[in-house]
Amino acid sequence: MLPPLGPRGEGLAAELAGTANQRLRAAPGPETDFRHGLLAAPRALEVILNIGDLPIGLRTSDSCFTGMLQERYAGFLTPGALPAVEFDVELVSPEAASLDDDLRVTTAAGRWWLERGDFWAEFDPAARRGRIRQSANPYSIDSVLRIVHTLMLAGTGGFLLHAASGSRNGRAFLFAGPSGAGKTTIASLAPTDVTLFTDEVSYVRKRPEGYWCYGTPFTGELAKPGVNASAPVAALYLLAKGDANRLEPVGPAEAARRLLEDILFFARERGPVGQLFQAACDFVTQVPTYRLTFAPDARVWEMVV
Amino acid sequence: MRAQYIARSPRIAARLLGGEMIVISAEDSALFSLNDIATAIWLAADGRTPLREIVEQRVCAEYAVDPETALRDAEELVRELSAHGILLSSDQPFPDAA
Repeated sequence: MLPPLGPRGEGLAAELAGTANQRLRAAPGPETDFRHGLLAAPRALEVILNIGDLPIGLRTSDSCFTGMLQERYAGFLTPGALPAVEFDVELVSPEAASLDDDLRVTTAAGRWWLERGDFWAEFDPAARRGRIRQSANPYSIDSVLRIVHTLMLAGTGGFLLHAASGSRNGRAFLFAGPSGAGKTTIASLAPTDVTLFTDEVSYVRKRPEGYWCYGTPFTGELAKPGVNASAPVAALYLLAKGDANRLEPVGPAEAARRLLEDILFFARERGPVGQLFQAACDFVTQVPTYRLTFAPDARVWEMVV
Repeated sequence: MRAQYIARSPRIAARLLGGEMIVISAEDSALFSLNDIATAIWLAADGRTPLREIVEQRVCAEYAVDPETALRDAEELVRELSAHGILLSSDQPFPDAA
């Protein structure tokens, strides 16, 4: 479930205005095309966010919004990187947003359209370019980024997963489950030799040598962002709360069913849904999967090896 | 009695994992698990072979069940899967069936 559009009051606007560490980059296009006499147009600012080894450039002429992006995604900025995907962000009045509209993700002629009451976006995966229209708030851009990442991952065998994750001795562990399953709890119990990636949304990418897990900045409204780190996946743990710590292997069919419940995906098109389904099935045939029942007890980490 | 033909919906994806067939519907991302017999019928749903023949060849030949009971159960399964849109059913062969 994506977080709803949050209020944008004077406080947030003032906070955004106070963020000064911005990277200016002159971008090609009508904003800076002097030949057309647009000398008065504002310069484009670009923030490049590298989440899951996919650098996405967000261009806007609003310095306050750029500042907000830099603050929110601080650990994931890659100044100077060549973006693999670029979006022009057009900011509109928040009054235009409707909080009641459901999310719609549709495709036609090779393009994707993402639409919810608080944002509209168009994305051409082949050209790796798109446009976003939203008000200057962090929730809409966060939602758009999640959706774009899921679409980009769909054909590659990867996915975004409701899972806490972390690494130990260079191997990553995923702890998947819906809200209330214990992702934040198990993350909070991690011993000091564990590098926590996230307690909310993990990024899984398929590489020739196997699956890799990355932290993401995607969180619920109260959770803290993850860290920009990655490691090869050693195991998937399907979380369940109980009276004692218990570890049981899970067969591939059950593992796939459970995994699919925890994968973030927003499109209903046959092609991407089928790709995601096959990706989940491939994952559980290659990655050891366990049901980890645990009490709120740090000794549960003795089972994570 | 008219023949009944069944075909897998083109709007699904399916995978046999650990001997269990799981099917996802692209319409609503609903997941289905099929047991051994349902999997045998599912795999034989080519749109051209009558259901009765599928039951005789894939169910009665493999499992200890009488043909009428097996056919009744198969018809119930087909109704259920058709209601979820993952199996198509017709009294005519499907023209585009492979």
